[in-house]
Amino acid sequence: MKPINQHTGILAPLKRSNVDTDQIIPKQFLKSIARTGFGPSLFFDWRYLADGRTPDPAFELNRPEFKGASVLVTGNNFGCGSSREHAVWAVEQDGYRVIIAPWVDQGGARIPGFADIFKNNCSKNGVLTIELSGSDVEKIFAAVAAKPGVQASVDLAAQKLTVHSSPEISFRFDISPAVKDRLIGGLDDIGTTLKHEASVTAFESKHNTQIA
Amino acid sequence: MAKTLFEKIWDSHVVTTLPDGTSLIYIDRHLIHEVTSAQAFEGLRLSGRKVRRPNLTFATMDHNVPTDDRMNIKDPISKAQVDALSKNCRDFGVTLYDLNSERQGVVHIIGPELGLTVPGTTIVCGDSHTSTHGAFGTFALGIGTSEVEHVLATQTLPQTKPKTFRVEFTGKLAPTVTAKDMILKLIGLIGTAGGTGYVLEYCGEAVRALTMEARMTMCNMSIEAGARAGLIAPDQTTFDYIANGGAGRPFAPKGKAFEEAVVRWKALATDPGAKFDRELTIDASKIAPQVTWGTSPGMVIDVDAPVPDPSNVPGYTRLDAEKALEYMGLKPGVPLTEVKIDTIFIGSCTNGRIEDLRVAASYLKGRKVAKGLRTLIVPGSQAVLRQAEAEGLDKIFKEAGCDWRQSGCSMCLAMNPDQLSVGERCASTSNRNFEGRQGKGGRTHLVSPAMAAAAAIEGRFVDIRKWK
Repeated sequence: MKPINQHTGILAPLKRSNVDTDQIIPKQFLKSIARTGFGPSLFFDWRYLADGRTPDPAFELNRPEFKGASVLVTGNNFGCGSSREHAVWAVEQDGYRVIIAPWVDQGGARIPGFADIFKNNCSKNGVLTIELSGSDVEKIFAAVAAKPGVQASVDLAAQKLTVHSSPEISFRFDISPAVKDRLIGGLDDIGTTLKHEASVTAFESKHNTQIA
Repeated sequence: MAKTLFEKIWDSHVVTTLPDGTSLIYIDRHLIHEVTSAQAFEGLRLSGRKVRRPNLTFATMDHNVPTDDRMNIKDPISKAQVDALSKNCRDFGVTLYDLNSERQGVVHIIGPELGLTVPGTTIVCGDSHTSTHGAFGTFALGIGTSEVEHVLATQTLPQTKPKTFRVEFTGKLAPTVTAKDMILKLIGLIGTAGGTGYVLEYCGEAVRALTMEARMTMCNMSIEAGARAGLIAPDQTTFDYIANGGAGRPFAPKGKAFEEAVVRWKALATDPGAKFDRELTIDASKIAPQVTWGTSPGMVIDVDAPVPDPSNVPGYTRLDAEKALEYMGLKPGVPLTEVKIDTIFIGSCTNGRIEDLRVAASYLKGRKVAKGLRTLIVPGSQAVLRQAEAEGLDKIFKEAGCDWRQSGCSMCLAMNPDQLSVGERCASTSNRNFEGRQGKGGRTHLVSPAMAAAAAIEGRFVDIRKWK
């Protein structure tokens, strides 16, 4: 997995909530048995006109200012729906390394910015997910609206996001230590787990899997 | 200390807790299908790794499978994916229920049928609807392909311990109202991210009264509430389901082993006084048949309610609701019962089991589907298909003008030839009404099998509580 620590790139706005994995990559592209080639299929049904080839000028991410963008800012519950890791492969292979989404408050309970499985899949593919408050994410959307093509920088070690608007705005973000280490190190999970082989074998010797 | 059902299962599966605070969890069953496994097996090959426990790993093919001429997959890319699964299972020694198998079916339908799903275990599958198996008091979660590879190689999964969320359904359901309506109601209340980070435990009088198949419907859509998993404590209903399958459930314990297992399973229930991170109580007696009107499962209303005003949709912005209404071709204020339907889909891991088909048949018996309507009835597995045909349900469906199909995921996600066309409106017993889910431009309304069957006859939604 490609490590990520310091990253700077163009911010692209997708101001929609509950963007589901069927929108991120429609089912017809899940038939591939390869791990590559998913980038052009990202947001397929929104991105292209009915011919499936011509970019739809009405789709916000097709604006020329966002060409080559690598930091996506979007709405709450991004990546909901299926477990398809193809969704993250498409995001990453289309050039995005960072996704920002807002958490929201629901009667005192905090609703995370990203769907669980999608967020987990991102952490296995070198894609950093950043959750901020709704008001902070609004500030980022406003900065992009004021200056489309504005860049953002991430310092993962310092857990800091900076939008290079004028004036610059910075945000500190929280991240699980496990995910942070994995992303910075570009670590292979399986290799890490295999170091615990003795514990797994010991566990298996006394565990009942209940299979007849 | 008093523990929840979830905590009991979790604690008995922690192999080790890692320095970063996550835990390595042992996986008792790994279910596999063709769509999310090829890259994982390829990863094993590239790194020279083996499947650690092939005897705990089970595969089937379901997503790409045509439900008419099933042995003839015309799409070469679909065919290649299905063939890759066959080869991977052969190469790595994994049991496969392929298209020639009399046990083939949608992966979440066949797990319980085979007796692979039993209380107190952990199950993973590269499929978000793995939550289905939680109906047995099983911690069952959907995972991505990297994690599929991880479980193949290590039989474990690194996990952050989820929080717990107790959802109690008090009272009794009204006649014709089902588990599908209960779960849609819940998603409408807490939203599609309301359960994110939690394991939901469903309990209360209305949950206790559900059959195993209805409990599976409920747990199946836990993921539509964003939850990592759904759980229901095992009880006599669970034990009877497992025992009564007999030889049909080859992997379930039998005889003395079964008696001993029941003792363990009874101890799994949440202890009195155990604490949950979040709790919600819903009066089940007040739940009406539910119908989704939008492009997110949380965009759901009672069947007798009008399509909502986009500025007044709880949990959704005006913009999101307007986009959904536009996509669905609906106007605020219109009663759903006036909306004309083109297609009916009865099937999927949500509602493709024998009880679902029996309910649908009870409505369709001696009647005809509305003129011009396409009605697909797709059994969830070969076992469901055989049972339905033994009971003569297939004849009822065919006489009513329905299309009786072979087992597979079918129109739930349209990776196979069963798809909606642009603008086509479908009453579907599946789990997702996302844009394009059932085919590009298709319009999905999620409902129970009873609602779908009644809609098939009338060609529009009806309030089945009042329907003849």
